[in-house]
Amino acid sequence: MELIWQGVVKAVELVFGFDAEVWQITWLSLKISGCATLISLLIGIPLGIALALTRFPGRSLVAASINTGMGLPPVVVGLFVSIFFWRSGPLGFLELIYSPTAMVAAQVIIAFPIVAGLTMASFQSLNPNLSLQLLGIGASRAQLLWLLCKEARLPLLAAVMAGFGGVISEVGASMMVGGNIRGQTRVLTTATVLETGKGNFDIAIALSLILLALTFAINFFLTRIQQREQLRWPRLS
Amino acid sequence: MAQTLLALRDVVVRYGALGALQVPSLDVATDDMLAIIGPNGAGKSTLLRVMGLLQRPSAGTVLFRGGNGHDGDPVQIRRRIATVFQESLLLNATVYENAALGLKLRGVSKDEIDTRLRPWLDRLGIAHLGARSARTLSGGEAQRTSLARALVLEPELLLLDEPFAGLDPASREALQHDFQRIVKEMHVTTVLITHDRDEAFALAERVGVLKAGHLLQLGSREEVFLRPKTDSVAEIVGIENRLAGVVEGSDGDCSVIAINGARIYARGEFKTETRVVVCIRSEDVSLVSVSCETKNINRCNGKIFEVVSGRRHHRVSVDCGSFHLVAVLDRKRGAEQVLMEGDEATAVFSSAAVHVIGAEKGC
Repeated sequence: MELIWQGVVKAVELVFGFDAEVWQITWLSLKISGCATLISLLIGIPLGIALALTRFPGRSLVAASINTGMGLPPVVVGLFVSIFFWRSGPLGFLELIYSPTAMVAAQVIIAFPIVAGLTMASFQSLNPNLSLQLLGIGASRAQLLWLLCKEARLPLLAAVMAGFGGVISEVGASMMVGGNIRGQTRVLTTATVLETGKGNFDIAIALSLILLALTFAINFFLTRIQQREQLRWPRLS
Repeated sequence: MAQTLLALRDVVVRYGALGALQVPSLDVATDDMLAIIGPNGAGKSTLLRVMGLLQRPSAGTVLFRGGNGHDGDPVQIRRRIATVFQESLLLNATVYENAALGLKLRGVSKDEIDTRLRPWLDRLGIAHLGARSARTLSGGEAQRTSLARALVLEPELLLLDEPFAGLDPASREALQHDFQRIVKEMHVTTVLITHDRDEAFALAERVGVLKAGHLLQLGSREEVFLRPKTDSVAEIVGIENRLAGVVEGSDGDCSVIAINGARIYARGEFKTETRVVVCIRSEDVSLVSVSCETKNINRCNGKIFEVVSGRRHHRVSVDCGSFHLVAVLDRKRGAEQVLMEGDEATAVFSSAAVHVIGAEKGC
């Protein structure tokens, strides 16, 4: 307990003492995972919608791959992204290994199947006749898609939260493709691993608490938006 | 002569190898009030989707005001049609936002939407629900919102797919009544899909009967309900007494039809020796104890074998030996007679109430 208490005190000191390195690490974590989530949304949402609303040969195979991808181990992603970005690898000429860009790439591979899978499920949960009804009162294809996205906004926000949660908390891929280089690719999770390894439990606890607080703050914000219009269960007397 | 608004020509819809719809020709004229009736799985909803340009037929053309509906931009033509489905299918928004949706999709300004929408919310009795979330509505209120959303568009053609089917009887009757008034006032060309014969008879001027994807008969509601062309149509329009027989002979304006040895008189002259189906609406059959011997009245002695009491009517089945007859008697009358299963009874119906299918007129 003593150890945890020391960690909490250290966290307060680091955050409110405006420790430059901790702020830099936190900001980098946010930037990398934020970027990766955004890119995952841009890929995952259209893919999820396409899988939910259209029929094409091989659709089941793609859908099953996406669902498998939702549980992809970050270490496996880290391994393959490392191989691709390795100096002698197929994308080695880009010289991206151990860079924040490589970390974003790895995190996108982790997050986009989560976003696509949940988007697909949220669109499939809509009444299939809703599309016909909206076309039946004069919606164009583009208007139809926009209205369906609006209608599925609650589960879509869950997809955003799950995607962000998946990448901000992963450590394996970031460590492997980022290299945990101080000031360049060190993020909250990799820093926590390093400090734990060194036996600096107070700093490790402090970093974990910052990570938790950050994740909570973002999810709290998204949940507020999501729940604002959620129907309440009737109060039973 | 009313102008043809929508026309189907040689329309075929197939789902895989399965033929779901085959309509060689169907015209809907302006100001038409057409009901399409048929059993479940007859292809009614498919027909409505094809008419609303929501589904492209496997073959054939859908003409809207003479032009091919699927040529060019179908959205522009679809915007002249409005469709309402059995489920109200509202968005997770307020009643007002839902009802305004069609106009919003057409880029109508907020002020104009308000001016146009308010009277419709009033007419459909949902003005007080404007700010309510659509998720909190009763089935009737939701369907009223759905109808307001379609009617405010003032469509050239209104397509309704069993819009009253999911409602409780009280809400259904109230909404049907309001809807009938609105359609008459506004002269909206309407196609109503329903499996409810009473609804079709009450709301429509013309009726089409669809079975297994084929339009069996299309005509005025009296024609279809009182003079069905085939046994299938007679069954679908609710004629319970359908008896197979042979025309035995004609005498002036009356024919005799033999049914399992018994004889029934039918108004009109029919070719002798022809196999026919005799249709007698159960509401035209009454049960009496007095005999009246005249060729214009059919009398069939028998035994009551089933009495089913409804809220308004008694449905009495009589075994007349050669065939069974069903009589629908209103409760008052039935109560007076105290009908019991096993009682002797005489079923009586006029020769004018007998409709004959399958025989050409003339001897």
